[in-house]
Amino acid sequence: MWRYLAPLGLFMVLVVFLSMGLSLDPKDVPSPLIGKNAPAFTLPDLHSPEKQISPDLYKGQVWLLNVWASWCVSCRAEHPVLNQLAQKYQLNIVGLNYKDQRNDGISWLRQRGNPYISNAFDLAGRVGIDWGVYGVPETFIIDKQGKIRYKHTGPVGWLDVEEKIMPMIQRLMKEAP
Amino acid sequence: MMKAVTVIGFVVLVLSQSQMLMAGVEVNEFSSQTQEQQYNKLINELRCLVCQNQNLADSNSELAQDLRKEVFSMIQKGDTDSDIVDFMVARYGDFVLYRPPFKPVTFLLWVGPFIILFLAVLFVVIFIRRNKNTDLTELSNEEVKKADDLLESLQTPDAIKGNKQ
Repeated sequence: MWRYLAPLGLFMVLVVFLSMGLSLDPKDVPSPLIGKNAPAFTLPDLHSPEKQISPDLYKGQVWLLNVWASWCVSCRAEHPVLNQLAQKYQLNIVGLNYKDQRNDGISWLRQRGNPYISNAFDLAGRVGIDWGVYGVPETFIIDKQGKIRYKHTGPVGWLDVEEKIMPMIQRLMKEAP
Repeated sequence: MMKAVTVIGFVVLVLSQSQMLMAGVEVNEFSSQTQEQQYNKLINELRCLVCQNQNLADSNSELAQDLRKEVFSMIQKGDTDSDIVDFMVARYGDFVLYRPPFKPVTFLLWVGPFIILFLAVLFVVIFIRRNKNTDLTELSNEEVKKADDLLESLQTPDAIKGNKQ
């Protein structure tokens, strides 16, 4: 009896582990920044270069930092979702225009709509390094104390909004500033 | 005439291509050989997050280029290996290290292969022992006689024929 059950059992264990491996995304590397203060930066605004943008401006609010670029293909898929988030839920979405050309970024927003309350222009990608950006688009949720609470790598889809982003934001909104 | 123009055009094209290739090579001026060694050691040990199975030295992705630049400028500032590694880990996590530290999260990564080796050795030992203990019982007289008869019958060709029928 054991002669047949043992290989079967071993096979089942293998199946469980392999199917677990299938559902994992190797591109999704956990960020060490979660629970830490949002890395400080001061960058010029995309539309008006004389204006300076820094995370301090949004202290006391729950806000999103969305890293995007006009050269980024999956940002196109994500953009309608961001537009809806801004319109429907009035979320504060700050853009980090990552390693892009100013004119390209501006015309991209003119064509597709602008869901951002402001856009920081990171030409050199140095702020991207501080935020651990490795795959555009990326979206961070920052709480009222200025701590990063969640990071989404890759385009945000509706399922992510319903299951993770909105519940997280509603929870953070209730927290004391 | 046309031929000459084509040839010149081709040469110009090839030359401009090679110049483009030259532009892709990064030239770093190190002030000392130790700094250069430090740089080469670090970019070989740090992993690129975009092309995940390449290190910073091998990868040609934009992020890898930026991070190589960052490593270079940190070395020029006089930062030590651990300063630079800490800088990377603070931003990208232990994932950037090809030799991650020994922690509860990485426990299986380090110990897993030895656990599997141990289990395999255990399996082999049990397997060998079990085979040794069985099938070594003495034959009864009756069985010995039966075996003798069989062997004897094999020596006479008739018997083999008879068996076959």
